[in-house]
Amino acid sequence: MPEAPLVSPLVLFFASILTSNILLSNFLGTCSFIAISKDWKSSFGLGLAVTFVIGLCAGICWAVLYLVVIPLGIEYLSFVIFIIVIAAVVQVLEMVIDRFSPSLYMSLGIFLPLITVNCAVLGAVLFMQIRKYDFIQSIAFGFGSGAGWWLAIMLLAAIRKRIENNPVPAGLKGTGITLITIGFMAMAFIGFSGMIAVQ
Amino acid sequence: MKGKNAAIMKEGLWTNNPIFVQVLGICSTLAVTNNVRNTLIMALGVTFATAFGSLTLSAIKNLIPRKVRMIVQVLVLSFYVILVDIVLRAYAPAISKQLGPYVGLIITNCILMGRAEAYAAANKPWPSFVDGVANGLGYGAVLTAIAVAREFLGFGSVLGLRLVGDWFTPWTIMIMAPSAFFLVALALWGSKSLGARAEAKKKAAKAAAGAPAPAAKS
Repeated sequence: MPEAPLVSPLVLFFASILTSNILLSNFLGTCSFIAISKDWKSSFGLGLAVTFVIGLCAGICWAVLYLVVIPLGIEYLSFVIFIIVIAAVVQVLEMVIDRFSPSLYMSLGIFLPLITVNCAVLGAVLFMQIRKYDFIQSIAFGFGSGAGWWLAIMLLAAIRKRIENNPVPAGLKGTGITLITIGFMAMAFIGFSGMIAVQ
Repeated sequence: MKGKNAAIMKEGLWTNNPIFVQVLGICSTLAVTNNVRNTLIMALGVTFATAFGSLTLSAIKNLIPRKVRMIVQVLVLSFYVILVDIVLRAYAPAISKQLGPYVGLIITNCILMGRAEAYAAANKPWPSFVDGVANGLGYGAVLTAIAVAREFLGFGSVLGLRLVGDWFTPWTIMIMAPSAFFLVALALWGSKSLGARAEAKKKAAKAAAGAPAPAAKS
């Protein structure tokens, strides 16, 4: 097993929410972020689902990577394997939620399939692989990244609600002004970088 | 036939540009736009994967059961992305290292799935291939423009060539994340305004054809 970077999981968790926010500093998951943030309630549901899926996938993919893929020497297939794991996790999660909490399923149901192709999930898994986190760190990083994404989408949804009735230049309406807003949020989040620095 | 391909090309490059009109797929590539060379490589990778992915999926579309369509699409596309990754690792290890996870993330780039679903699923293989190339290039062109602006303002260079003297103070913000969002928004604004102006011109021309000719400039 490779040498894991020396960083406490708790620090990693908060760093991945604030300083290296997966959306605002790594641009991952922007598509669904822009599409869904129109609506506050949906943003909440999708953020929750993404947090769960990234956290679970980071842990499971870690296990699959170090217990199956590397011993078998099939690292060149790792992209495909990660995608399959993510799709399977999403599918299983969907069934479990449906079975145990139909009300949660009603609110999350439509978002779950979308998550399979959300780049934030695959991105977090690939970062986990490249930075050689250990198991606990991977889970902390996964849940932290998900929570960071969740925080960002909730903030943006709240801001967009305010922008809605403001006079925006015609060409910037909709996506344009949203992108500028995200840019300002990213600038604000840079302010955190003095607090915790972690690669 | 040739005219039709040209029409598909124009569609992908301008009228239906994946970034301006569909706002798709900016996730995985925006991160590398502070460097022109990396952006070009990513854009080529996306073009290659989209084109051949669309070609393959269109060729086998009748063999895929509807229920597992999504996962088959993802698997086919990831096959091409793995090819891109392996080639980069073998021939340009330094660039591959800089791009890090973003090459793998081409798999979840929405353009690939978007074109597979919106075009290749209903069209013949060859037009699907052209459509993939056109969308990849249209996407690449916009990102390259953004990368040129970011690298020039952020480092004073383009493609690593220094273009300005020592008096130039680099804009550090340009190499950080927020500037990418601002520049995409500006590009979007520009293209929308141009589109709106063209539309207005067309309307004015139509109105002018119906109404008496406008008076000459006084």
